[in-house]
Amino acid sequence: MNRSYRIIPVYTGDVSGVASALFEMGGMVVIHDPSGCNSTYNTHDETRWYDSDSLIYITGLSNTDAIMGDDEKLIREVEEAAEQLKPDFIALTSSPIPYMNGTDFPALAKLITRDTGIPAFFAPANGMHDYVYGAGQAFLAVAKCFLEGNTADSVTGRNPVAAGGPVKSAGKCPRSEGIKSSVNILGATPLEFAAEGSVESLREILENDGWKVQSCWAMGESPEQLRTALESTVNLVVSATGFPMARYLEQSFGIPWVAGCPVGGFAKELLKCLRDTEADGQNRIPYLNRGACSCGGRVTLVGEPVTMGSLAAAITEKTGMTCSVLCPVEADPVLTGTLDIRTYGEEEAEAALKRAKRIVADPLYRPICPADAVFCSLPHQAFSGRCFRRDMVNLFQEEAFARILQQLH
Amino acid sequence: MIQNIEIPIREAEYPAPFAHALEFNPPAHGTWNIVHIGMNVPEAQQIYVCAVNCMRGVVLTAAEMNRAERFSFVILKEEDLIEGTVEDITIQGVADVLRKLPKLPPAVCLFTVCTHHFLGCDINRIYRELEEEFPEIDFIRGYMDPILQKEGLTPDQKLRISMYRVLKDAHTEKDSAALIGTNVSLADTCDLKRLLAAEGISFLQMPDTESYEEYVRLGEADLFLSVVPNGRLPVQLTAQRLGKKGLYLPMTFDYEEIKNQENVLLDWVEQRKRESPVKGMEVTDCNGSCLASGDRGATDREQWFSQEIAACEESLLQAKQLMGDAPVWIDYVVHPRPLGLAKLLLQHGFRVEKVFLNAVNTEEEAAFSWLQREAPELLLCSTIQPLNRIHPRKTREKTLAIGPQAAWFAGTGYFVNMVEGGNLQGFDGIRRMAQLMQEAWCEEKDTRDLVPRKGLGCESCV
Repeated sequence: MNRSYRIIPVYTGDVSGVASALFEMGGMVVIHDPSGCNSTYNTHDETRWYDSDSLIYITGLSNTDAIMGDDEKLIREVEEAAEQLKPDFIALTSSPIPYMNGTDFPALAKLITRDTGIPAFFAPANGMHDYVYGAGQAFLAVAKCFLEGNTADSVTGRNPVAAGGPVKSAGKCPRSEGIKSSVNILGATPLEFAAEGSVESLREILENDGWKVQSCWAMGESPEQLRTALESTVNLVVSATGFPMARYLEQSFGIPWVAGCPVGGFAKELLKCLRDTEADGQNRIPYLNRGACSCGGRVTLVGEPVTMGSLAAAITEKTGMTCSVLCPVEADPVLTGTLDIRTYGEEEAEAALKRAKRIVADPLYRPICPADAVFCSLPHQAFSGRCFRRDMVNLFQEEAFARILQQLH
Repeated sequence: MIQNIEIPIREAEYPAPFAHALEFNPPAHGTWNIVHIGMNVPEAQQIYVCAVNCMRGVVLTAAEMNRAERFSFVILKEEDLIEGTVEDITIQGVADVLRKLPKLPPAVCLFTVCTHHFLGCDINRIYRELEEEFPEIDFIRGYMDPILQKEGLTPDQKLRISMYRVLKDAHTEKDSAALIGTNVSLADTCDLKRLLAAEGISFLQMPDTESYEEYVRLGEADLFLSVVPNGRLPVQLTAQRLGKKGLYLPMTFDYEEIKNQENVLLDWVEQRKRESPVKGMEVTDCNGSCLASGDRGATDREQWFSQEIAACEESLLQAKQLMGDAPVWIDYVVHPRPLGLAKLLLQHGFRVEKVFLNAVNTEEEAAFSWLQREAPELLLCSTIQPLNRIHPRKTREKTLAIGPQAAWFAGTGYFVNMVEGGNLQGFDGIRRMAQLMQEAWCEEKDTRDLVPRKGLGCESCV
């Protein structure tokens, strides 16, 4: 039964994903939840809570309020807090009980915007998906708010992207006339990039190649700078959480995208793809081109597909080993390739890892890996939280990549 | 309406000084949650059935405790809610987890959640079917249903009640008392231990049990005791179910209350001895002198109390001399009686400026009234109001924080790092608090490293 888990944890949930994505944007995030969502998020999923004053709250939903449908109370308390705190925007998100009783969040957001004049929107989450889905929807919703001035919009359902096949521009919008060699980074949160200096290293790699980082969604960037994202000519999707926004910027503003992280020797190919995409407007996922090799063994990497796919490409480039990514998160299917495996739950992951000889994964995967497999420990905030925070690795540093290679041999 | 986050106690309403608002959660997490508490049942497997986002906090609590092998779960998805299959998935999932374990545990703490409650799931059916399939397992009914906590018992309180329902009384042990309902064992020097030892009564403490068999046999004790508010119901219900005596002797900083509690305990001991004499032991009091065993008359008791109080006064005086007129901030996390502590310290000349709490413990109504009367400018401070997020976290001068949340709000490294009263009890508890204050005042702690840790006293990999 793929719903039952004996020993490994779950990935960060969608609600925490929403909060993580919006953390640095100057808004107020309100989770309609009885208790626990805020504590779980700030304890296990957020590295910035202790030092940063981001406005993230729960409503403290009670049984009676849920049964009676007392949305007035939510509106009143959100508006009271907004009056005191003056956020740039208000994001509402949900949890299982409001999902069950059909709380109309887009309507609540409209009422709040009408009453306060502050842009408000619903970031769709209900506590029943993972962070890739939640953060992805939050980036999409806030992008609409920042870049179009859209407010109170519900972003319903999943991003309607077809699985597999060549990645072509949706072509719904003429190409953007942005600033040449300017790039937006999409999908940067501590859930993927918790190691200190990761985002700074990423920026440095891009800047050393002649790129101007127009905006980084969303670490280390001011909300004002985020609002200039339409001035760039290409988007770099560094995790699956940035993909719905990339699709939106492509379809609405004609900005093409490339997915991947500049890890090890794969950085060169990725940076070339960025240039090519800026020139021809074709979207690219270069880590999927890594291919299978007949020599050098096989490596299984477990986790989020863009970061792990990029690491896989770097390992293949350096060693010739065939790398497959086991993707246990709700990433768009287009981000995984023919060598990769999509799983749900512990049972499927354990079965997929059964014959693996070399594994790169978070340490909490160890109990379901074969005892004789070479295990390269790569702590992932969205999986083991703060358990191994001291051991987290900045993937963009050559030394870190070299250590991973060393462990695999 | 502007919400205040600090109000002078003279203006505060009892027992809810602050209006309901959106809730902030400060990054000081030392208190125990249901995972920490459930791990106190030796060898039991915890199994949760809930949505991903709700699961995340509990599963990582277990991982941080290095107890991942004793934590399993079943994920609920949207289709379960829509198709009405939550009961079936719960039963099938729990059974599947149990079949996957290397061996069946003697007990399972199964946690159903808000979703089960809201859908009107037949919880009895879930347990009935699981108990039929796994008759060798004791199923302990846990609940992670915080949607009900504002209008009834918290999940923590419910678990503390359920986890003692498996205690069995195969053979009543006439010479023992059992402490239940607490998270950690009391200090060796606490009053209860010394008094019971003097009477030849063995003192069993639930957190000390190392096997499930030993845990279940706590039911054989003659007397059940608890010292924390969340232990009150477990003691009452367990004593009632097993036909034993139960005493709730809450941790307190009030001399008279301690005297009353200890008189109740000693009255019970003496009554019991008249029925079935036991041999006492010689133990020493706080001053090192020998206490007589056997019947303790009123004079003996008053002498004991006088000596204990004199020692408390000495400890408090030492602390005061060390700290001088330095400000003191206290939080509700450190002890169930923060107002009682504030009162004690104010009575001894300390400059208590703030008490952090979001509601007044109803056991503290008298202390609240006293403080309104005698210390009307004492500030009551919320910890969860929206403005608490951005309120400056620093003090003008070196400040002693008593409790991890007070430390975070004060931005100080001089703090007593303790939760839920720690292992303090009786007059000894007052003395040890005074010692902890002195230690905290003299040695700065790494607040950023310490206060975000969960379940203070549990193993932690963080």
